Amino acid sequence: MSEFLQHLLNTLVLGGTYALLGIGLTLIFGIMNVVNFTHGILYTFGAYIMFIVVQKLELNFFLALPVAVISGWLLGALVELTLLRPFRGSDIDTTMLVMIGAWIAMQSATLWVWGGVAKSVPTPFPEAPLVLGPVSVSWLRLFVLAAAALLIVLTYVLINRTRLGCAMRATFQDHDTAALMGVNVDLVYTSTFAVGSSLAAAAGALLGPVYVVYPQMGDLAAVKAFAIVILGGLGNITGAVIGGFILALAEELGAGYVSSGYRDAMGFLIIIAVLIFRPTGLFPRAERVG
Amino acid sequence: MMRSLRTVSFIALATACLGGSALAADTIKIGVNEPLTGAFAASGTYVVNGAKIAADEINAKGGLLGKQVELVIEDNKSNPTEAAAVAEKLITSDKTPVMMGAWGSSLTLAVMPKLMEYEVPMVVETSSSSKITTTGNPYIFRISPPSSVEAAAFKTIVDKLALKKVDFLVINNDWGRGTAEDFSKMMKEKGIEIGVVETMDQGAQDMSAQLSKLKGTDSETIIVTTAVDQLTLIFKQAAALGLKKRIITTGGSQNPDQIIAQAGAAANGTMHLTTFLPWFPDQTPNPEATKYFISEWKKRGFDFAGCTESFRGYDGIRTAAAAIEKAGKADPAAIKAALWDIDVKGLNGDILFKKSGPAGKESGQSQPNVYLIEIDDGKVGMKSL
Repeated sequence: MSEFLQHLLNTLVLGGTYALLGIGLTLIFGIMNVVNFTHGILYTFGAYIMFIVVQKLELNFFLALPVAVISGWLLGALVELTLLRPFRGSDIDTTMLVMIGAWIAMQSATLWVWGGVAKSVPTPFPEAPLVLGPVSVSWLRLFVLAAAALLIVLTYVLINRTRLGCAMRATFQDHDTAALMGVNVDLVYTSTFAVGSSLAAAAGALLGPVYVVYPQMGDLAAVKAFAIVILGGLGNITGAVIGGFILALAEELGAGYVSSGYRDAMGFLIIIAVLIFRPTGLFPRAERVG
Repeated sequence: MMRSLRTVSFIALATACLGGSALAADTIKIGVNEPLTGAFAASGTYVVNGAKIAADEINAKGGLLGKQVELVIEDNKSNPTEAAAVAEKLITSDKTPVMMGAWGSSLTLAVMPKLMEYEVPMVVETSSSSKITTTGNPYIFRISPPSSVEAAAFKTIVDKLALKKVDFLVINNDWGRGTAEDFSKMMKEKGIEIGVVETMDQGAQDMSAQLSKLKGTDSETIIVTTAVDQLTLIFKQAAALGLKKRIITTGGSQNPDQIIAQAGAAANGTMHLTTFLPWFPDQTPNPEATKYFISEWKKRGFDFAGCTESFRGYDGIRTAAAAIEKAGKADPAAIKAALWDIDVKGLNGDILFKKSGPAGKESGQSQPNVYLIEIDDGKVGMKSL
């Protein structure tokens, strides 16, 4: 029983960051109809920003987090302005190829600058874990969960309670009508991509210190993000949050009770099962377009 | 004007290429096939840095057969498919008469058919899967201990550790699964009970699920086999889960100092089977050579933690160089024959190849030492046996 409780606690902590990864990706796909292959490298980017700020510049850990989020936002905006805007209106395959190219170029650049050896980011949290009866969890991971929850709530508020969010939702529902109603669609696209990218960078910044930082760290994260998005329904933010927790639960219980060798295969198994039985995701949205 | 410019630049380019190859003919090439990116990047980079020390040492002493040694270093990306491609490139394009590689067992196993195809020998510096020297590949010369040798060395210690029931957490490849097999076999002979065998993907970063399961079993010891990056994560995650079992690691790629630096107190009380003792040069088989290597390593500004990994690159290149010297020419067949006759003073014992595997197509295997160390209060100590 205590083992099961520990698995549930692990799920909660892991699920929070998975949800964060999924939201960013689903937002970009839902609004822009772009399959964002740079999502994983932005996750890596966020982790490297943490490494640079905390380890190289020796600045405060908590200061580094907003720096990583803002850097992710800026890089996302830059990618949208230079790589996506010129291809606006072209089919989804074209932008997909552009994004794959950007992913490879950015990953190679990371490798070129920092080398392939993994780096670790020091944290101010105590090593001794928080023990709650039969289960325990590290303070760092609790912080990561809290920060992820905060970012998820902020994203929700941004989309549902702000003017920009309203414009994003309008563009999401009908791009042409929104433009005719005076919505600055260009700004919406850039903002959406920047917000999605900053969420990926935030996930990397939070998980980099938990694990280790290396150029290919985003590859597996991106695969998981795609699994979460397919699971939750493309473009569905609530679905991405729930999908994140379901994937974490599947991995934990799969590794704990089925076979640990297949832990990372759980994501793929979920994709396959969902595509066979519910191709629109577990939580398709009625207003989904395109 | 444009035309003549183009002609001139073509001639310049052609001369440069010819010049390049003419220059290359004056060196003796040794191919190095190591993981410089991916899951084993840290370890592979250390091995390459050790290899460079050996090459520089040889060149400073006048080189081999009157020529300078040139290491042709390629990255196999911690990926077996890439390792095979790198071997093919080193043999066919760079024409290296002997190679060193490929760090991981799965990487080396992927390269082995290429050695058979092109008949080029390879010094295996790190891999420990028993399969490598038992499947009948006469181009393999291994200086690292197979996991069965590690298990045999550990056999003499298990009574003192009073092991009763043991679980495994191993990397899910030929190295990890091979170790679990060899150690289980040895322990069963000793009457020690084997509990669960958990695996992890080579790129996995979160082992909490496996560790939560191991926390709940009735074993008192966990044998862990993987490289340093994953080990560090395991110690941190085990501490976070309140897992208080004895952990013993195998495989010789632990870099204990890196574990101490990165896992902190979580590393205390852990034991490690290693193949080199850079902390106690006087207890190594060749103290003088060990001291030289360590001072050279420090002089180059490398992290001391890497010594336990990099010495294999150093020994591997010296092994290949000794064979080239003995062969008297940079020819694969002659080097292969010469590898059987060399006796190199390695940092972890004399490198002398003995026959291993099916008759007629034996692989070479030297008999390096294996030691057990313990991390106590952030320091490495020899576990008295």
